[in-house]
Amino acid sequence: MNDILTGKLIRLSAPDTDELGRAFSKWSRDSEYWRLMAGNPVTLHSAKDAAKSFEKDVQELSLDTYFFGARTLADDALIGEMTLEVENWTGRDAFIGLSIGERANWGKGYGTDMMNVLLRFAFTEVNLRRVTLTVFEYNPRAIRSYEKAGFRHEGRMRKILNRDGRRWDVLFMGVLRDEWKEQNEHTN
Amino acid sequence: MFDIATQLFEGQDIRFGPIDYEKDPEVESRWTHNAGFMRLYEFEPARPMSAAIVKKQYEKLEKKIDEDKNLYHFMIRAKADDRLIGKAVIQRIEWANGNCSVRVGIGSTADQRKGYGTQALKMLLRFAFAELNLFRVSANVAEYNKGAFALMRKFGFVEEVRRRQALEREGRRWDLFVFGLLKDEWVNQVSA
Amino acid sequence: MRDLFRGELVRLTSEEPDARARIEVRWPLDTEFHRLADGDPAELTSQKKLKEEFEKRAEGGFTPERYFFCVRTLDDDKHIGFLSLWLDLIHGDVMVGVGIGERDYWGKGYGTDLMKLCLQYAFMELNAHRVSLGVLEYNPRAMRAYERAGFRLEGCTRKDLLREGKRFDSLWMGILREEWLQQQNGVKP
Repeated sequence: MNDILTGKLIRLSAPDTDELGRAFSKWSRDSEYWRLMAGNPVTLHSAKDAAKSFEKDVQELSLDTYFFGARTLADDALIGEMTLEVENWTGRDAFIGLSIGERANWGKGYGTDMMNVLLRFAFTEVNLRRVTLTVFEYNPRAIRSYEKAGFRHEGRMRKILNRDGRRWDVLFMGVLRDEWKEQNEHTN
Repeated sequence: MFDIATQLFEGQDIRFGPIDYEKDPEVESRWTHNAGFMRLYEFEPARPMSAAIVKKQYEKLEKKIDEDKNLYHFMIRAKADDRLIGKAVIQRIEWANGNCSVRVGIGSTADQRKGYGTQALKMLLRFAFAELNLFRVSANVAEYNKGAFALMRKFGFVEEVRRRQALEREGRRWDLFVFGLLKDEWVNQVSA
Repeated sequence: MRDLFRGELVRLTSEEPDARARIEVRWPLDTEFHRLADGDPAELTSQKKLKEEFEKRAEGGFTPERYFFCVRTLDDDKHIGFLSLWLDLIHGDVMVGVGIGERDYWGKGYGTDLMKLCLQYAFMELNAHRVSLGVLEYNPRAMRAYERAGFRLEGCTRKDLLREGKRFDSLWMGILREEWLQQQNGVKP
């Protein structure tokens, strides 16, 4: 049995809500971070407020929701967060999300590694059959990263986001367990 | 054109109304004992519910409407005898982006295929676009729900997303579709 | 799609708290029923308290893990028993609890019809990979009903029950999804 929590560059870590609160407060000062990740309007968060909100998330964790921090293997730095939320148990489908806080860490392969670890967790530990994600049309870097991870395009909700004076689509992407297994057999 | 006079909640054969705690729980309880209805209206496993459970759900619902302010729930009643025949819901409203999701259900088999769903959706869309001033309306439809597909086509909803094999029922997997209708598309339809 | 809640002799329902309490208050008084169904000593709870418990559960809402039904006969609309299913979300195993509290309805096929509905629900709505249940060694009627439904004996916890000064085994039975599907293919729904 492999170490399911560890990837090549990062590992999944338990959410330390105080540390996450501080990190998130810092990350969200870069509004691009927020706008790439979330659909509701940008706001600023104090470390204390962010920690309280994470505390609430952690308390609501159940078999339905999984919430991890992402720490680098090299220097154990907290660089991002990941969530997995089961949408439908009988369909065994979950929504997945991840973000990397600081732009200095963007484009370095962390996102790909985070996604790989999370998918492996979803398919081999929670025994899901498919994983869904949504991504904004103006986030091509993320879209490419998800395509590489094996996600297929499943359509887009048109003009669902109202930002910066114009409307944007939200893309849906999904990967089935059988597709993921096949892809992984080829790379290993 | 400001159409202030046309009733938002009166249709041809149906009307929208609030929950009637005296009469409605028992009626809705009966619907939930029909596995066929539950499997079309809900994605979760079908469960029958006593009137007591339905009543508690109504209470929680009204509390949620009050607190979250992102949900509208209408009971569909037959104009002729004020009988409860279904529900029409606008949910997951995101005010900043102008979106929502809609659901319509006609509870008993005897009331289906009579055009009530069409009338209800027509009223619901007018409420969403002309009263809530939303920009787009979505609907989630399971591959096995032919009636809902017909309703989507009738109102010009566009098939936007196909979540492959996202549902499993009766021993096979089904796709889950997301449909969307934008305000301009609705306006064009209505004025046509 | 098949009607999940309706069999040939019984149907699955959700009963009102006071009606349910009125019927179920009597079942623990029937010692034979209680001892066949339950390993724990019988509690004689008042109808009032039962009603309050059921009302409280109505408030609680549903979880994706637990499914509970009352059972009514189709011909004379009597509330005769219960069916409960526990779904293990991660592994897809369903654990069943079932009982017919009205002894006039024993040995007449109601139990068999109920098990049919139970397995249909577990496999076609909860999408279970297997269904499990426990039965007491001294309940051969139930064991036969389960075997007829397709369950196989998988194990036994020896002498874990002490009653009337004697020790008895608990038996564990299970049916796999493939086994149930094969069984179904012999008979078209």
